[in-house]
Amino acid sequence: MTVKDIFESMDYGTAPEGADIALQWIADRGGIAGHFVNGTWGALRADRAVMNPATGEPLAQMTIGTQDEVNGAVSAARAAQPAWEAAGGPARARVLYALARLMQKNARLLAVMESLDNGKPIRETRDIDVPLAIRHFYHHAGFAQLMDADLPDRQALGVCGQIIPWNFPLLMLAWKIAPALAMGNTVVLKPAEYTPMTAMIFAELCTQAGVPPGVVNIVTGDGSTGQAIVDADVDKIAFTGSTSVGRHIRRATAGSGKELTLELGGKSPYIVFEDVDIDSAIEGLVDAIWFNQGQVCCAGSRLIVQEGIADDFHTRLRSRMDKLRIGNPLDKSIDVGAVVDPTQLETIKRMVADNTAGDTYHANTPVPDGCFYPPTLITGLHPADTLMQEEIFGPVLVSTTFRTPSEAVEVANNTRYGLAATVWSENINLALDIAPKLAAGVVWVNATNLFDAAAGFGGVRESGFGREGGWEGLRAYTKSKTPLAAPQTIAPFTGTGTPAIGIDRTPKLYIGGKQARPDGGYSQDIFAADGTLAGQAPIANRKDVRNAVEAQTATKWAGTTGHLRAQILYYVGENLSARADEFANRINTLTGTDAGSAEVDAAIQTLFNYAAWADKFDGAAKGVPLRGVALAMNEPVGHIAALCPDDTPLLGLVQPMAAAMAMGNTITLAASQAFPLVATDFYQVLDTSDVPGGVVNILTGPQDALAKTMGDHLNLDAVWCLSQANHAKIVQEGSAGNLKRTWTGAPKEDHQAWLTAGTETKTIWIPYGA
Amino acid sequence: MQVTANTAQLPQTMEPRNPGCDLDLDWALGVQANRSAIERRCATLPGRRSIKKEHQAAWLARAVSCIDLTTLSGDDTVGRVGRLCAKAAHPVEPHILAALGLPDLTVGAVCVYHDMIGAAVDALQGTGIPVAAVSTGFPAGLSPFHLRVAEIEESVKAGASEIDIVISRRHVLSGNWQALYDEMRAFRKACGDAHVKAILATGELGTLKNVARASLICMMAGADFIKTSTGKESVNATLPVTLVMIRAIRDFHARTGFRVGYKPAGGISKAKDALMYLALMKEELGDRWLRPDLFRFGASSLLGDIERQLTHHVTGAYSATYRHALG
Repeated sequence: MTVKDIFESMDYGTAPEGADIALQWIADRGGIAGHFVNGTWGALRADRAVMNPATGEPLAQMTIGTQDEVNGAVSAARAAQPAWEAAGGPARARVLYALARLMQKNARLLAVMESLDNGKPIRETRDIDVPLAIRHFYHHAGFAQLMDADLPDRQALGVCGQIIPWNFPLLMLAWKIAPALAMGNTVVLKPAEYTPMTAMIFAELCTQAGVPPGVVNIVTGDGSTGQAIVDADVDKIAFTGSTSVGRHIRRATAGSGKELTLELGGKSPYIVFEDVDIDSAIEGLVDAIWFNQGQVCCAGSRLIVQEGIADDFHTRLRSRMDKLRIGNPLDKSIDVGAVVDPTQLETIKRMVADNTAGDTYHANTPVPDGCFYPPTLITGLHPADTLMQEEIFGPVLVSTTFRTPSEAVEVANNTRYGLAATVWSENINLALDIAPKLAAGVVWVNATNLFDAAAGFGGVRESGFGREGGWEGLRAYTKSKTPLAAPQTIAPFTGTGTPAIGIDRTPKLYIGGKQARPDGGYSQDIFAADGTLAGQAPIANRKDVRNAVEAQTATKWAGTTGHLRAQILYYVGENLSARADEFANRINTLTGTDAGSAEVDAAIQTLFNYAAWADKFDGAAKGVPLRGVALAMNEPVGHIAALCPDDTPLLGLVQPMAAAMAMGNTITLAASQAFPLVATDFYQVLDTSDVPGGVVNILTGPQDALAKTMGDHLNLDAVWCLSQANHAKIVQEGSAGNLKRTWTGAPKEDHQAWLTAGTETKTIWIPYGA
Repeated sequence: MQVTANTAQLPQTMEPRNPGCDLDLDWALGVQANRSAIERRCATLPGRRSIKKEHQAAWLARAVSCIDLTTLSGDDTVGRVGRLCAKAAHPVEPHILAALGLPDLTVGAVCVYHDMIGAAVDALQGTGIPVAAVSTGFPAGLSPFHLRVAEIEESVKAGASEIDIVISRRHVLSGNWQALYDEMRAFRKACGDAHVKAILATGELGTLKNVARASLICMMAGADFIKTSTGKESVNATLPVTLVMIRAIRDFHARTGFRVGYKPAGGISKAKDALMYLALMKEELGDRWLRPDLFRFGASSLLGDIERQLTHHVTGAYSATYRHALG
């Protein structure tokens, strides 16, 4: 075409970024991606090809790591860890800073390599992925610098096994490695089998940056290699990827004591209210679902638009879709690149083909042959349609409508996932009312897919647990310096069955604010330390757990103010204090000690402590590079069950209860197996203290069966295993069902840890501008 | 009106002229403009669209064809306007234009104050380039209303075929939408066959929402073009303001079927900026709006930078300002 022709047609033409330097980089290193362990390369084997999805041509060969190779990497990391941690925060900060600088100096190589390997447009790798990754290292250099002074009670976990996905290979590497290193951990990281290349560049930069050998180890491979990391002697697994693999890892690590964070799938809602700037909300969708070909875990893939504007919105949206340009990812004028792999393309095609509901619109824009899929909109769907529930992980947007704000929330939250959500409204009252109500770890108001190292990212529900970014993200790579004593199992006392003197008392379960007989109709004799029969405790079964959780979900406790929760906790303390002697005597009699009085005092102090915290466990406004704020709001985890320790039958009951209640959670407590009658006395205190029914439920009886039911329960958001060590495995295996949080407790005096266990940090991004 | 070389740039010769419509305040006041989102769209555009090599040359030539080459200074003289008009007719050196295959390329119009219309019309005789005049008490628009109307009529009589009027910003700032509509109606009527560009002076309207409202109301009142600025405000054309205005144009077209033109003015001096404006027009409004009957740059120094870039395209060497003729 001549200039004169173009003068008439006004086409964009092409503006391809050169691939030569990146391809030469690969060739210069033998064309094989492989392990970087203990600061050296190897093994390097051509076990499988790494493809350029845009061309279908091989980009390189890759080594598939074996269990032995993974173990070698873990050994190297283990050996390097003490010195790396002992080097101190400022020394680690210098290394992280150097990494950030080196990534900046190689920014274009990283961007081009990422585009070649993944198929995503160079615009995204150059302007988003790589700058965000660099920012992550800068920001965490700062955290390393501050750790000694500002996190004095935290220490490194040790060796972290990290498994990352193919959709943001370098950025996910940064999200994993930067916080781990900053906090003094060493890592074994496996890049995704489709996209190992930028990790290879990063490995070289580690050497240049002075990362000591063994601190960063990279093992390439496929799912079998990932399994080997999960099975290896690591202290933590951090995984980003699909929910199904996340479940598998949860089961595989159950009871192992390995820390776990999971960042999984999503079907994130994108809510558009009628008062919106429609064109801007549509442009937001381009960033939501046509960013990275829709292969984004937090993609706004579920459009929920108010009925009155739905037709206009969809019409304008289709016009906008027609303007999207699909093609060579290295072309600087391309909006949508290649899908990562033909397998993924087939999945997208099949899911769209299998859907018979609604109206499907493919963007009227040329689509090249090969691994490309057109931007697609499916309107007229309902929550019952499969594509409204299942993650497609492709450039396919599904749409439904709503009538009122409350219906918008209802439809948005009608999902097993809870990663991110987007709300568009020009009305600050509306937007800020809706944002906290959405079941999501991240909410964007009038924007979408905003990320920053200072702001936490992560999900709720089956989108996983743990946060990446910000101070909250550091918790996932540290542990308390105070060791947690292993829970003591205490065998119940036995006795003669001699009945107590006086009128018979019938302790019951406490469910929904009422005393309830156990569903099974069985009780067990409870003997005091001196062998006398102290009473009978009910034996709770799975149906009692069910009833308790139903009572929990019926409360409105999460919506109460911190001030009210504080008042109620103080009141519980006050009423316990009034009966302090009675409880002390009961504890002394049952346990055969004279520790009762001290324990009651400690329980009252604990109630007062968490009452004090109820309205003081503040969130934060994050310093993100944006005209706006990113609020980190501490929200309750939800409905919790706790297996309370045998010893300290009162304090062990009161601490999880008070910590959970203070943060707005409801809780079902499985009382001390050995001394359950303290708990059955205690519900009388609750009854007189204005605790709303269902907020606290108390069950007694053998905990093993309760642990299994609690772990499996799909409407519990967390289970705290505070008693027997074997419960963690039972509960964590079951927790894979809905990916509920599991926790094995913290020292009694570490209130921050207890409050943190009772909260999720939700990041709400609010850009503004008059 | 017959389509001739002299009128090809006028919207009413290629398109049915926007007759306007009744004032619809439900529509105009219901419009929203989210500044953060609009700025984000604009900030990412240069990363999303890259126009290189032949395409860049062609796009820059297109930009030249859309320039309202402007002089609006108190010290304008016949000689100064004559020099500008000569540049308008020969915006780029002939050998460069020949190499591009566009030997007849001219700018879109020459834009002057009323007293310079005669000089411009004379100087542009035979070139086919129309003369635009700023009017209605430009730039503040605070002279007596009947004089502002009369000024338009005088300018049309003097040979201006395009009239760039300024709206009364106070009508926008005080929410007097009916007054804004009536004023624009009167200006449009006074223009007769000359086409009218409504200058919103967006830098003085306070918010993007006001920009959107004023855009719609001026179109309802029959504006042929909406234009950002006089060039005299402290903030003139920007991409975010552009996005708001051209989305209003798209909205107006969708509802009425009439295409209204757009003219960013002031502050656009780099070839690269011109490419982004063209790209934004292409993205948001479509190719139809990439022609001088529906798109103009109000600029004076932009042409010089484009000429140097076109020279570089043809010769491969970066050029110097002094090598190119003054405008």
